[in-house]
Amino acid sequence: MSATLQNLVNQPYKHGFVTSIESDVAPKGLNEDTIRMISAKKKEPEWLLDFRLKSYAAWLKMEEPAWPNVHYPKIDFQAISYYAAPKQKPKLKSMDEVDPELLRTFEKLGVPLHERMALAGVAVDVIFDSVSVTTTYKHKLAEVGIIFCSMSEAVLEHPELVQKYLGTVIPPSDNFYAALNSAVFTDGSFCYIPKGVKCPMDLSTYFRINTEESGQFERTMIIAEEGSSVSYLEGCTAPAFSSNQLHAAVVELVALDNADIKYSTVQNWYAGDENGIGGIYNFVTKRGLAKGVNSRISWTQVETGSAITWKYPSCVLLGDNSVGEFYSVAVTNHYQQADTGTKMIHIGKNTRSTIVSKGISAGHSNNSYRGLVKIAPSATGARNYSQCDSMLVGHQSGAHTFPYIQVANNCSQVEHEASTSKIGEDQLFYFAQRGINAEAAVSMIINGFCKDVFQQLPMEFAVEATALLSFKLEGSVG
Amino acid sequence: MIYQDSKILLEVRGLCANVSGTEILKGLDLTVRSGEIHAIMGPNGSGKSTFSKILAGHSAYEVTGGTVMFEGQNLLDLAPEERARAGVFLAFQYPIEIPGVGNSQFLRLTYNTVQTHRGKEELDPLEFDDYVREKMKLLEMSPDFLERSVNEGFSGGEKKRNEILQMAMLDPRLAILDETDSGLDIDALRIVASGVNQLANKDNAIVLVTHYQRLLNYIVPDYVHVMEAGRIIKTGGKELALELESRGYDWVGAENKAAARATA
Repeated sequence: MSATLQNLVNQPYKHGFVTSIESDVAPKGLNEDTIRMISAKKKEPEWLLDFRLKSYAAWLKMEEPAWPNVHYPKIDFQAISYYAAPKQKPKLKSMDEVDPELLRTFEKLGVPLHERMALAGVAVDVIFDSVSVTTTYKHKLAEVGIIFCSMSEAVLEHPELVQKYLGTVIPPSDNFYAALNSAVFTDGSFCYIPKGVKCPMDLSTYFRINTEESGQFERTMIIAEEGSSVSYLEGCTAPAFSSNQLHAAVVELVALDNADIKYSTVQNWYAGDENGIGGIYNFVTKRGLAKGVNSRISWTQVETGSAITWKYPSCVLLGDNSVGEFYSVAVTNHYQQADTGTKMIHIGKNTRSTIVSKGISAGHSNNSYRGLVKIAPSATGARNYSQCDSMLVGHQSGAHTFPYIQVANNCSQVEHEASTSKIGEDQLFYFAQRGINAEAAVSMIINGFCKDVFQQLPMEFAVEATALLSFKLEGSVG
Repeated sequence: MIYQDSKILLEVRGLCANVSGTEILKGLDLTVRSGEIHAIMGPNGSGKSTFSKILAGHSAYEVTGGTVMFEGQNLLDLAPEERARAGVFLAFQYPIEIPGVGNSQFLRLTYNTVQTHRGKEELDPLEFDDYVREKMKLLEMSPDFLERSVNEGFSGGEKKRNEILQMAMLDPRLAILDETDSGLDIDALRIVASGVNQLANKDNAIVLVTHYQRLLNYIVPDYVHVMEAGRIIKTGGKELALELESRGYDWVGAENKAAARATA
């Protein structure tokens, strides 16, 4: 590689503050001063500091939710450091230095080689190809006027857009964790699709130039103007390790008239070991506002990681004829706990929503679907279809379904279907009698079970998600 | 058919087995040579189905004594999937439903797994589609079977045809048909039997486990064995089945006890 390229690649992040604050860690605990400090470090405008402080004031008056079907020791919010500067991952010189266990995982998941290097933290010059890919993407997006950058960058360069939409879908007072996030969020993605633009490619967090961790309080926002469309991919199938125990992210989506947002997630945060020690608490608030007529918001999630998942990607269907979709696969193994589902709030006329949820519980884990379908008096002619299927693997796991249906008019239609099944010894014996071993059999059964959701994922993601599920359930059967 | 130069495929000696502490097989002997068709008959609870599941390696049964050799190797040392790959096929009495898994996908995986084991080429989805449709004609199956989930919502007859279809695809050395005739109407029975007859050749062998003589009108056995209380107590030719049909099973047991007393 030439010296010029080397320099280009190695140059510090040009928006400055990352390098300058690298060694900063705020003292543990949260008070107004911590928030002022975070805001100052990020050179934020006054209105944003104000937003944070109001959120903090609201948070102080709120209680941690006790209703989810998850159990964990009480979190001491004063024992957390709210501004650990985004860490630069340690750079390794070659793949030989990478933990063999991690490599085995990549192998199993079929992660492409250059991606494996990036994820394992091998020095960026080794993976120059993918960096140039990133640059090309940025150019292509800029040509059509799409803004795709980190939230910090957006605050500095597009403050009017951030100010217009921040907290409009999920107000800081929405819930305990959203309030906390609003007070102390560090970074995330910002994405703006101008009027009439169909985003020419899937936007992936992987291609955002942002090698450091986004931190535990991630904030993401996607705005799709009239007649635009975008498909956004979050996360990746490779295991994400993090030193932070608590992750409380907020994601807000806004779709204006005839706009279409598709948001796909594969969550594979550290789940703790097989005895339930360690692992991330993933307490996330995600909501999309289908604000315009004929707008559409579609969530697809594959949740496999975290010790505890508490997450309900929701749609507020405000525009007439707007559409909300939620496709979910949640897998829990060992001692993982998941309480996940969605909320479909029908306000506009003839609004439609679809919920397809597949929960798989193995080991000693507990997996709950919790979903609200609410049809307001104004939502005449609204329709919802919900399908919640659970699959149990082994004898110690639990599957639970908590559907809430509230209909406030007499001309809407709501359907709910649910099923529970179990991978049985007899099924595995049947496969074995045809020459197929237990691992391949489970993979085939699980993929069959999740088919309706995987079909919603972009092709490559679907292939990786398929492999990920088999991997997560390895050894849990037979 | 009995051939002069046939080889021993399966040799069972003194097989004893338990299920959750209860002894079901109590010293079973059976020798099956290539080319032969055997029928194992006997009253309910005599251990017929247990025997077929043990040959296939079902984990619910514990083998407590005896040996089972299959083409010179100890079958009991092999995992169920290894037995299948080696050429032991069990047509299930109650084929298992696997919701969500497409039949064609399942059939292709099982076919390719066994082919690979035999050192043969796998078929891609298009090639396999041609192959399986050809085999389905043998059983007069409609192609929409391929689109459905494995055995899900199949009628009893459809499930049994799907089993014999797999037998046709996998070309086993030893096929054990566990009450394949139960739940079949006369037309389905004729079709299934004709399929099995076309698959029988001098290199493979078929063991039919059945309650009734009816199936044996269509698939003519070389040997008929009567099982009682976990052992084979009488062996004869195809005419034995007719005798059982008219006289029932009791006389065989009585005759056997008398013989036992005589030797004692």
